[in-house]
Amino acid sequence: MIKKIFFQSIFFNFFLFKKVFSAESGGMPQLNPEFWISQIFWLTLTFGILYVVLSKLILPKISANLELRKSLIQENIEAAEKQRESSEAKLKEYDDIIIKSKLKAKNIFKDAREKIIKDINSKKETLDNQIAEEIKKAESEIEVLKKSAPEKINKIAIETSSELIKKLIGAEVNNSSISAIVDDLSKRNGGKYYDN
Amino acid sequence: MAANPMTQFEVYRIGPEIKIGSFDISFTNASLFMVVSSLAILLIFNLGSKKNSILPNRIQLLAELSYTFVSKMISDTAGSKAKPYFAFIFSLFMFVLFCNMFGMIPYTFTVTSHIIVTFVLAAFIFVGVTIIGFIKHGFGYLKLFVPSGVPIVLLPLIVVIEIISYLSRPISLSVRLFANMMAGHTMMKVFGGFVISLGIVGGWLPLSFSVALTGLEILVAFLQAYVFAILTCIYLNDALNLHH
Repeated sequence: MIKKIFFQSIFFNFFLFKKVFSAESGGMPQLNPEFWISQIFWLTLTFGILYVVLSKLILPKISANLELRKSLIQENIEAAEKQRESSEAKLKEYDDIIIKSKLKAKNIFKDAREKIIKDINSKKETLDNQIAEEIKKAESEIEVLKKSAPEKINKIAIETSSELIKKLIGAEVNNSSISAIVDDLSKRNGGKYYDN
Repeated sequence: MAANPMTQFEVYRIGPEIKIGSFDISFTNASLFMVVSSLAILLIFNLGSKKNSILPNRIQLLAELSYTFVSKMISDTAGSKAKPYFAFIFSLFMFVLFCNMFGMIPYTFTVTSHIIVTFVLAAFIFVGVTIIGFIKHGFGYLKLFVPSGVPIVLLPLIVVIEIISYLSRPISLSVRLFANMMAGHTMMKVFGGFVISLGIVGGWLPLSFSVALTGLEILVAFLQAYVFAILTCIYLNDALNLHH
């Protein structure tokens, strides 16, 4: 019951308020048709002008600006991509050059080493040959000297023997007989003196 | 007078009375704020599209962000076929938004808090969408009222409901915006009146409510403009791409 009265009072209050409003300013001003035509007229006019100016002048410009920026950004990205590719290619080229030159340097080093080793070897060989020749020569000279030494000694021995005999006994002795004796002696003792 | 929260919606003449025939088309405070909103929109977007720098300045960024925002909204809801109607929906969104936002400044008049303004906009959209639908699909547009996959028995009922819901579109669209704006502004006025009547001792509570409500109302102002525009897109989508 109380509830009913409460809701009824609210409900009738609404009408009361409406009456109060209407007393002051004709209810909700929105429902007063006095200026409806004026509002419709001005709304049509302002909104019409707004629409025409926006659609014909301003929005195409904004759209063009956006398109331009989009295409410019796209172009820039493409250019950057191209440059990146070219720089990558250059880098590769550079790497190739470095690898090639390294290989070349290695080859040059190797060649030089081989050449030097060859040179050293050939010089060593000639030197060895020379030394060997010298040794041979010296050996042959020694051999010759060795061979000629007993004869000379024999000769000297014969001469000295004949001189000695002449001085000692004052008589001429046949050289051939002395040489026969010396030969005999040297044959007997030769091994003792000359066999090294 | 200040105590009555409805006086803020009163329309009064500015300047002389202008009449065409028996119609009164005098310049009123409502007309003033329509003109101010339109000029503000034109000024901002003109400045925003004047110079085309690769790095946009603030106003250019604002214009371009609004452009992409609306164009994305349209393409999301109505698809690519709605592109020719972009300029209309953009102007509609901006007009409603600026009218709502100008209404948030104290001592101004909120154009969109008047049912006649929102109803004219909604009726124009309704008529336009219906005409577009009949041009695109001929009498096949009436298939909109006959959803597929409905049992034959229920069909008459469904068709009646669909027709009623279609015809109530302009009313719901206009009343939604009008009622939101009116209710918000009335509530702010009521709380503002409480601040005065409770004085320096008790007035702080309604004052803080008022501050919070101002934030809420700015949100509502944006949201209702967005809803108005997006519902237009949805109606347009019905007319362009017959899905039923």
